[in-house]
Amino acid sequence: MPETIKLTTPLSDQDVEKLRIGDKVSLNGVIYTGRDAAHKRLFDLLDQGESLPIDIKGQIIYYVGPSPAKPGQAIGSAGPTTSYRMDTYSPKLMSVGLKGMIGKGNRGQEVIDAMVKYKAVYFAAVGGAGSLIAKAIKKSEIVAYEDLGPEAIRKLEVEDFPVIVVNDTRGEDLYQKGVEQYRRE
Amino acid sequence: MREIEANKITAQVKRLCMEANYDLGEDVLKAFKDYYAAEESPAGKEILEQLIENARIATDEKTPICQDTGLAILFIELGQDVHLVGGDLNEAVQEGVRQGYQEGYLRKSSCHPFTRKNLGDNTPAIIHIELVPGDKINIKFAPKGGGSENMSRVVMLTPAVGRQGVIDYVVNLIKESGSNPCPPTVVGVGIGGTFERAAYIAKKALLRPIGSKNPDPELAQMEEEILEKINKLGIGPQGLGGRTTSLAVHVDLVPCHIASLPLAVNVQCHAARHKEVTI
Repeated sequence: MPETIKLTTPLSDQDVEKLRIGDKVSLNGVIYTGRDAAHKRLFDLLDQGESLPIDIKGQIIYYVGPSPAKPGQAIGSAGPTTSYRMDTYSPKLMSVGLKGMIGKGNRGQEVIDAMVKYKAVYFAAVGGAGSLIAKAIKKSEIVAYEDLGPEAIRKLEVEDFPVIVVNDTRGEDLYQKGVEQYRRE
Repeated sequence: MREIEANKITAQVKRLCMEANYDLGEDVLKAFKDYYAAEESPAGKEILEQLIENARIATDEKTPICQDTGLAILFIELGQDVHLVGGDLNEAVQEGVRQGYQEGYLRKSSCHPFTRKNLGDNTPAIIHIELVPGDKINIKFAPKGGGSENMSRVVMLTPAVGRQGVIDYVVNLIKESGSNPCPPTVVGVGIGGTFERAAYIAKKALLRPIGSKNPDPELAQMEEEILEKINKLGIGPQGLGGRTTSLAVHVDLVPCHIASLPLAVNVQCHAARHKEVTI
């Protein structure tokens, strides 16, 4: 296994350009959560030429709808949700400075192309490992769309949050490469 | 006639909601370990290790295995000699789900299909009731996450495609689903019946313990054949490449119309959660 690359947000073009598919990355600093409903709202705001409730320049959005925190916990279980549902919205967010996305599952070609164009990357976290991943989240605060419940936008402070680079700025796709390597017949 | 208090049903359903979401079954953990030994991909091995560790944390700390604690699905076998007192069965179950998801810090995921407004208490639960002989109630609770459910399909095949056509459809669906349903998955296959019956038996087949053999030797053979083909696809844990794409394939088959060959494939993520109680 390759060594782990440590990154702290916000990310620059240089930070993401050096990443390659298959790299293990440990993320630190602030990341934002957002999934289906929040993405639709952000997208609509940009469409109307309005400003976003969060500054996403250089930032990472984590596709997650955590379970409620128990007393004493920063957050409940917090594994990634399936990413393709955000495909419609992602290129526009990258066009205004989004540098990273964390989720699980394949992205569409238009999203992969946008990552090349705008210099951004897509990371995978281990789906279904919600209790384990929550350990890397030290603080959580709702910063927009509280009415969306589990889908509200949260600002997370993370320490050594473990992810793998699936799509890089060269248009490569780990899902495709990985499967090709192990397919039989 | 045996009387059972409705509030007893509520209390048991509440308990099942929490336990199913915190404690992964021994059969699933054993499958993780068995497949870990056989997995060729280093990344695949590491992911299986993380899933075992995640399950341990969830049990120890009573936190959800996965943040997607699902829609609440219940299969109830109701003894015909049971007389429920102090409430009705449906409301007793819904209240148990409400309390279990609230008090257990479980995520509420039910929403309106168009407005997407979250309904706030994870009801309505999906309840399937079968009337059976006897004076007991058996309740099986299986929370079902959205990611794997989205990859599931019902299709009305042409009878001419036969057994091979069914196998090909299932394998191809898993291939196309790739990393989306959170592999390694369990695949429930319902063959025959009608449009809705096929889906029902496919989902129910997911409740069988992983590693159990189908009592029908022909179906057991078919399960093995599909599983072998799936695990040659190379998808692997989380779709990053590897041998462990599915942990098990569970097939059920019932008679169908002379014109039809209904097939349902219900995909279950590796958080194959279910608990049951008999009252």
